[in-house]
Amino acid sequence: MIKIHICEHKCVGAGQCVMASPEVFDQRQDDGIVILLQQQPPDSLVPSVRKAAKLCPALAIRVEET
Amino acid sequence: MNRIVVVGASLAGLTAAETLREEGFDGELILINGETHIGYDRPPLSKKILSGAMNATEVTLKPAEFFTANCINHRIGMRATALDLTARSIALATGEILAFDGLLIATGLRPRPLLRQPVLRGLHMLRTLDDAAALRADMLDTPAIVIVGAGFLGLEVAATARQMGLDVTLVDPMELPMAKQVGRELAAAVLHKHRQQGVEVRCGSSVRSFEESKGQVTGVSLEDGAQLPTKLVVVAIGSLTNTEWLQASGLPLDNGVVCDSFCRAAPGVYAAGDVANWLHPRLGVQMRFEHRMHATEQAMAAARNMLGAGLAFDPLPYFWTDFYDTRIQVFGRIPAEYEMTVLSGHLGESGFTAAFCQGGIVEAVAGWNAARDIRKISTLVGNPAPKEAVAG
Repeated sequence: MIKIHICEHKCVGAGQCVMASPEVFDQRQDDGIVILLQQQPPDSLVPSVRKAAKLCPALAIRVEET
Repeated sequence: MNRIVVVGASLAGLTAAETLREEGFDGELILINGETHIGYDRPPLSKKILSGAMNATEVTLKPAEFFTANCINHRIGMRATALDLTARSIALATGEILAFDGLLIATGLRPRPLLRQPVLRGLHMLRTLDDAAALRADMLDTPAIVIVGAGFLGLEVAATARQMGLDVTLVDPMELPMAKQVGRELAAAVLHKHRQQGVEVRCGSSVRSFEESKGQVTGVSLEDGAQLPTKLVVVAIGSLTNTEWLQASGLPLDNGVVCDSFCRAAPGVYAAGDVANWLHPRLGVQMRFEHRMHATEQAMAAARNMLGAGLAFDPLPYFWTDFYDTRIQVFGRIPAEYEMTVLSGHLGESGFTAAFCQGGIVEAVAGWNAARDIRKISTLVGNPAPKEAVAG
């Protein structure tokens, strides 16, 4: 299992996380800052979450192994 | 493949090393880092690092454990000085020779100085964490700053300096400095925003010389005769590729390391990030991108191709720039000649999005404070142009 931590302060609203893993991430309408839809996604979504964390251009997504 | 050497340990180099391990490379992996810090994220340097809203720890790309956990020999503070393609080895600054089976070049850029630019206290360029710390120290100590160059970096420094309460003068030889990057309409809106915020914008002006007293800059003289007294100057007129160490190697060098569509410069030799001038597979032209997302994606592609993936690198380019309360985001590449179709909102206001089309095809979409919308319309890039504007 993984647990996702996001940092709104670092987020730059690129939306790469939503493109990589739309079940787990969304963006606020007004400023595009990340919204976490599920903090502990099922195993099937873990590869897409890792991709999102890697592509994030602002180091705003941290994946914790639990 | 027994040993892969990655030269350059900033975003592209680190991403390449990580990808090699993720893709199953279990041989020796050596990462040559010319800086004395673990690789860090550069976009915040002109924004939150400069303003003090973020510290160096927050922008460090990987914790120290990353290198041991991934069995990466991280040679920090070490420069590569030469490549021998025949012997398949590189030389390090210490004289040490490192043989390799695979080489990934990610040596990036350094700031381009003006012609005959003197070395003076108070005269800065910005590329590294140390540069940002030195510039910030002077900004806290000086009421005014002159910024030479109104590209991404110069404009972001201008906005940060204004928000820190400095008087800002921006000098650029071009009338619309950002036209090539964001199109003429948005470039004009960007300058308007800076003027609204109190920046003195002097476009169409070039620097003739710097005034100094005892090694401290005291002013800037422009070609149009203007004299700008200041104790603080930033030169942000672009970059040079760090390829001098490759000069005698026979590797094709032209505006960076020349690569094919697979990011390959020679058998077993790949390049990624700011330094890589690769053949865009769809457009059929060599190009080099100096953007954050590109470095990540190209490093992943180059690493995979080094291990035999054989996938042409065909990204959807993305960049953003922040100033004051505004964020411009662009997917794709705005062509020199384009037709702009407004998709939503009004130019220079939040919620504005537009498509930039050439030959009936959308080549890029841009947004002004429209992060969620721009992501959704990024799928238009490469597709037929929309018939007409959506009413804003």
